[in-house]
Formats: sequence, structure tokens, C-alpha cells
Amino acid sequence: MFTALIFYMFAGLAIASGVMVISSRNPVHSVLWLILAFFNAAGLFLLLGAEFLAMVLVIVYVGAVAVLFLFVVMMLDINLVEFREGFLQYLPTGALIGLVLLVELLTMFGGWAFAPDVAAAVMAPTPALAQANNTVALGQLIYTNYVYLFQASGLILLVAMIGTILLTHRRRTGVRKQVVADQVARNASSVELRKVQTGRGI
Amino acid sequence: MFEIGLSHYLSVAAILFTLGVFGIFLNRKNVIIIMMSVELMLLAVNINFVAFSSYLHDLVGQVFAMFILTVAAAEAAIGLAIVVVFFRNRGTIAVEEISQLKG
Repeated sequence: MFTALIFYMFAGLAIASGVMVISSRNPVHSVLWLILAFFNAAGLFLLLGAEFLAMVLVIVYVGAVAVLFLFVVMMLDINLVEFREGFLQYLPTGALIGLVLLVELLTMFGGWAFAPDVAAAVMAPTPALAQANNTVALGQLIYTNYVYLFQASGLILLVAMIGTILLTHRRRTGVRKQVVADQVARNASSVELRKVQTGRGI
Repeated sequence: MFEIGLSHYLSVAAILFTLGVFGIFLNRKNVIIIMMSVELMLLAVNINFVAFSSYLHDLVGQVFAMFILTVAAAEAAIGLAIVVVFFRNRGTIAVEEISQLKG
């Protein structure tokens, strides 16, 4: 009963903030609603017993991705009115396709039942809570059976980082910068010493 | 109604996924909102994975959800970098202005 109430609260808030993400007029508000949606999804993860993923969702999505969106939205000088033109033009098609998709998904998921022999196909059974908590169990799985995939995901992040820096980095002209190599390469012959008489200057 | 089962979580994920698809149709002009809709869809997929993982007592679903999270973060970073570079070059990010590859 209590769990059901909490589930409905998280689910309802997630869906409501999802609606606000796609329908709010200001992109900044959209990002803020997106953050609320992520928080509520993290709550759903907690209810499902995936504590580590819930915390990762909050840290990675709310702390990094959503703030990145917020940065970009605020940094770019966007004409908000221009974007609203033709808002209703695509509404009928979008609503129709969305409705068909939703009905199809709900009919598929609504009466979901597992096959009787599905327990035999389980790859890595979740250990009992007294044995290992969610984070420990995930770590024991990731660093053993899935270590190559884990390394590959690290590589993906590295490539994404290099690509992002390469894309957005630009060399500005007319900016004086310290070139350490040039300073170090100077020797005594490149410096000229002159005797300056008092009060005369060179 | 008060017994929360797998179908409830799958329904929430389905609604969120549909909202993402609908958001792409609704905001055809704003590429940033389109990317947010894609994030919503990825979130819905993650909810599916975690729900199945929880109800099947199989941890692999959560491992896979973590990899999806990684790829989603990389995708958001690269996409936003492209948006920033495009805005720097053209002064706009309206989707119909992005037609240089049309020839």
C-alpha cells in the first residue's frame, strides 16, 4: 500500500515533468523539468532495488548532463519566439503517431508474463541482500565478467571528451600568450647588454 | 491497483518513451529540445532494463543500463558541442537552417 503510493508519486511526477519538458515555452524551464524527471526516475530505480544506478543517475544525469544542457541553453542567444512558430503544425501527426505507439507499447507490456523456464536463462542472479548489497554485487560483476565492456565504455567516454574538446576549441588571433619553450630556448647570445649613461637613455 | 508489478514500471517507461517521440514532433525547430527528448527516451529504456533486471533477479540488466548511461552522456556532450560550433558559425540553431549538406 505504502510502496504503491510512493510508486505512483514517482511515476506521476516523472510523467508530468516529461510532459512539461516537451511543452514548456522556455528551454531553460525544459531543462529544469528534465532534472525533475531524472530525480523521479532515480526514485523509481530505488524502488526497484537498483540503488547504485539511482545514485549514478542523479550524479551523472543531474550533475553533468542536465547542467551541460543548462550551460548551452543559457550560453546561446536563442530567439525564443521564432521556435514557437509552427508549434501546432506538427501536433496532429505527432499526436497520432504518439498515440499509436503508446497503445502498441501498452498492449504489449500490459499483460506481460514470463515464460515458465525463464529462471534457467538468468545470466547473473542477484545475490541475497545479506550476502552483498547492490553496489558490491554490481562491482563484482562489472570487474570480472564485463571488464572488457567496462573498459570499452571508458574508451567511449575518452573519445567523446577528445571530440568535444577538438570541436569547441578555437585558436584566437591577436591574443598574446606565454610560450614557455621560447623563453627556455633563449641563451646569452640572444640578449644584448648595453651600457646606459645616466639620464640619457638609449 | 495497489499491487505494483512489472507491468506498472513498463507502462511508465512506455509513456515516457512516447513523450520523447512526441516531443521530437512537437519541437521540430529547436534542436536542444529534440536532444532533451532523446534523453527522455533513453531514460525510459533504462527504466525498462532496471525493471526487468529487478523482476527477473538478474543483475545483467543493471550492467547494461549503466553502459546505456555512459553512451547517453557521451552522446549529449558531443551533440551539444556540435550545436555550439554550429551556432558559432551560423548564428542560429533553427533546424531548418541546418541544410548545408543538401547541396
